[in-house]
Amino acid sequence: MYHNLKELLQQAEDHEVFLSEIVLQNEIEQFGTTKEIIYQKLEERYNVMEKAAVRALGERLETAGNLISGIAMQQNVYTEKGETLCGGFMNTAMAMALSGSEVNAAMGRICAAPTAGACGIVPAVLISIERAKKCSKQAMMNAILTSSGIGTIMMKNATIAGAEGGCQAECGVAAAMAAAAGVELCGGTPAQAVWAASLALVNCMGLVCDPIAGLVQVPCAQRNASQTVNALTCIDLAMAGMTLPVTPDEVVESMYKVGRMLPPQLRETAQGGLAATQSAQEIQKKIFS
Amino acid sequence: MEISIFEAVGPIMVGPSSSHTAGAARLGRMAAKLVGQPFTHVDFGLHGSFAKTYRGHGTDLALVAGVLGMYQDDENLSKSFEIAKERGITYHFYETEISGAHENTVCMSFLMQDGNTREIIGSSIGGGQIKICSIDGFPLDMSLNMTTLLVINKDTKGIIYQITRTLAANDINIATMKLTRQEKGATACCVIETDSEIADCVLRELSEIPAVQTVKLIN
Repeated sequence: MYHNLKELLQQAEDHEVFLSEIVLQNEIEQFGTTKEIIYQKLEERYNVMEKAAVRALGERLETAGNLISGIAMQQNVYTEKGETLCGGFMNTAMAMALSGSEVNAAMGRICAAPTAGACGIVPAVLISIERAKKCSKQAMMNAILTSSGIGTIMMKNATIAGAEGGCQAECGVAAAMAAAAGVELCGGTPAQAVWAASLALVNCMGLVCDPIAGLVQVPCAQRNASQTVNALTCIDLAMAGMTLPVTPDEVVESMYKVGRMLPPQLRETAQGGLAATQSAQEIQKKIFS
Repeated sequence: MEISIFEAVGPIMVGPSSSHTAGAARLGRMAAKLVGQPFTHVDFGLHGSFAKTYRGHGTDLALVAGVLGMYQDDENLSKSFEIAKERGITYHFYETEISGAHENTVCMSFLMQDGNTREIIGSSIGGGQIKICSIDGFPLDMSLNMTTLLVINKDTKGIIYQITRTLAANDINIATMKLTRQEKGATACCVIETDSEIADCVLRELSEIPAVQTVKLIN
């Protein structure tokens, strides 16, 4: 059993295994379940994630008010032209994140990770790496294990609710989950995985939750794309050896405290930030009247 | 309390919101299970955030899908209005205020085929989790995450002993138990969560207890 990132890392280092192995053993011990059942559930989740990550790449989906309809396909078409600034890898990752968000907004099937609003990030990061590094199915299941283990620590020691901690708690935590799992897929150490998760949180600390008309569309979809990029860059930063002069658990604690310091207007109430603009108010009136 | 990894990666659901869509579908489904019998019409009274944002989050579609028996990850959830029409079930939404209720609360009134009305109030409390707050005016607190027994009985001496003795004799361990009643000697309600599943023969045994009026099992 582990209560924080330090304990999770310590146990992985003591047993000379990846974080995923510790997460797996803990789930078996705490919930009296079996490895087979866990892997079966992981596979179900992976299949739903993969479908959502590609579904809107080739089809425009109708969403309430159509605020983000067609954005995934648009990004995919641009990427396929081959003239992007950040390259095909980064642009395809963003397109997959947008697809997840668009599917979610269109009442399609998704896997919350850690929330529905942030559901595009973990799949976009992990599937991008799977394709680039030709990862095995088993490695992908383990990556989801690692990301979920990081997620449970955030749930215990901080929050994953936008209403409590802002977007940093939803899309930020998703980026942290994806970054740690990505390091494992790239062959990094457990310590590098924990640093990647910490860096992802640091890079979006204070990010507010200000959805236009209260809908899970704008800026949620855009932040799914940008936090996917955040996670990917944090994987490279950590793999290069970047650490921080504070501990990973202090980063989690800071994220939580910052979230609590945010005024309620910036925590999923649609009363501040983009949601409070005149344009947003007009959109809200149009959809709900 | 330890948190399962499947709460961090999961649930599998249709979007866009775990509380406004997935939780709403689960509320509808559980309410329909609780009323049990066929119904022809459902009134949905929406309170708080449910009242303000239900259209944008598909809460209305999810509630109807739920009462039709659909799960939170059913991709036909967004077509629930058409499916209700095919099955001849009508529905109506209205905004209401339920004092002291959670922000995401709905009051569901079912018009049963036999002409009776059943009323269930429930809240979606986040991450797709729900709470049933009342049944036909009885205040309750049911999360329905475990095997749950709902026993409606006459408030008489020894009734709890008779119920628990029946469960114990069938090797069923009680995890939690809550009792409420209208008034002394009137109708009482007992909600029992158990660690193991409950077979039909045990339900029959429970319903044969003289003071027991109805027994409902939610798995």
